Amino acid sequence: MRKYTPKDNVQGKAKYTDRFWVAPRVPRESFDTDSHFSAVHKAMSEAVDVLDAYVELGQLVIHIRPEDNIAALEVLKNRCDYAMCSELSAIDYLAQDGEFEIFYQMLNLKKAKRTRILTRIKENQAIESIVPLYAMANFAEREMYDMFGITVNNHPYLKRIIMPDDWVGHPLRKTYPLQGDEHAAWYEVDKIFGKEHRDVIGPENRDPGRIDRYDSQRFSRVGYEVPFGAQEAESETEQPIEYSKQILVDYTTGSEVLDTRK
Amino acid sequence: MAQHEVNYASTGGLPVALTTVDKLLNWGRANSLWPMTYGLACCAIEMMATGASRFDFDRMGVIFRASPRQSDVLILAGTLSKKHAEFARRLYDQMPDPKWVISMGSCANTGGMFNTYATVQGVDRIVPVDIYLPGCAPRPETLQYAVMMLQKKINRQSGNMNKNTKQRFV
Repeated sequence: MRKYTPKDNVQGKAKYTDRFWVAPRVPRESFDTDSHFSAVHKAMSEAVDVLDAYVELGQLVIHIRPEDNIAALEVLKNRCDYAMCSELSAIDYLAQDGEFEIFYQMLNLKKAKRTRILTRIKENQAIESIVPLYAMANFAEREMYDMFGITVNNHPYLKRIIMPDDWVGHPLRKTYPLQGDEHAAWYEVDKIFGKEHRDVIGPENRDPGRIDRYDSQRFSRVGYEVPFGAQEAESETEQPIEYSKQILVDYTTGSEVLDTRK
Repeated sequence: MAQHEVNYASTGGLPVALTTVDKLLNWGRANSLWPMTYGLACCAIEMMATGASRFDFDRMGVIFRASPRQSDVLILAGTLSKKHAEFARRLYDQMPDPKWVISMGSCANTGGMFNTYATVQGVDRIVPVDIYLPGCAPRPETLQYAVMMLQKKINRQSGNMNKNTKQRFV
């Protein structure tokens, strides 16, 4: 027997999936010898194990091992004049590769050059904090810990920064549902009223266009009216809307004067 | 002759106006609605504009107060995040009775465009709401209209607030 494949919406899928589509990639260029990036690459190679290095959109990208991150950033800060770390975070590649990619976006203010340090860690692997080198990493690493659940070793104050302290889960992971899990859905109710009030308040309404036909408090009836707050069973038979038979203006017949007042 | 004026000729010259305690209480409450200075997001900008001179909330007796202890209207103006819901509810609890809540804007009404994990899907999940004000963001005139609607609602109510409140929350 053939293997079953779902047949729903096959035509739509064929229409919108291009079999030959290739995801566009940013072109990777090599850097000139005796350029600034070449000097950075040379200094970096002396200190740490450089896995890959290339230029992307005018920025040097260097791949290193996760345990070398402090040494690599020390080279950039002390020998290459990278005074500023402008951004630091992670990217979730757990589904593809089972790894997080951590990037450090560095800025050389004197030469107006940018270098990105990339490193990859496993899901339960920790990374060393760079707060001793760049103070901005304090908040950025807390955000990384909050949003991805990546533990940062030797961080002065590793605590959630955006989500509440008692939040469950890490929202920027690809596996985290956009509309929240069970904990997120009931968070404010549990926190304010307690779990026993979940029944009283009820689940979240995630469909803002929802109309409850039998709700006489928020919606009015078309065709007939019921008093505000009237309780009606759902077994109530639907009453047809009564239309007026009287034709006010007959457009089908070609009368010249529609409005008799003129 | 206006209703509140005393016709000295017909009442035997006595300066007497007859009313009920309910009406007197509601008159006082409806014409001195003091909302709390409390903004959550961009709707608060419109709320500030409503309070400022061009639209002028003061002429309706609406004066923003800086403390929940001195206010009787909570205008939830903007997106209420789940992290902040606890504090919004605490501010509501700190307000003395009688108190009313205006949910201002789409985000406060239903969560609006933020159909995400971190936004409260309608502030009526945490506080009882009297007036839902649609718009993104509502114009200052709309907020003033909402306050006028709230005044109408207050004037309809009994002076004894215990009769009016349905205790949905403990």
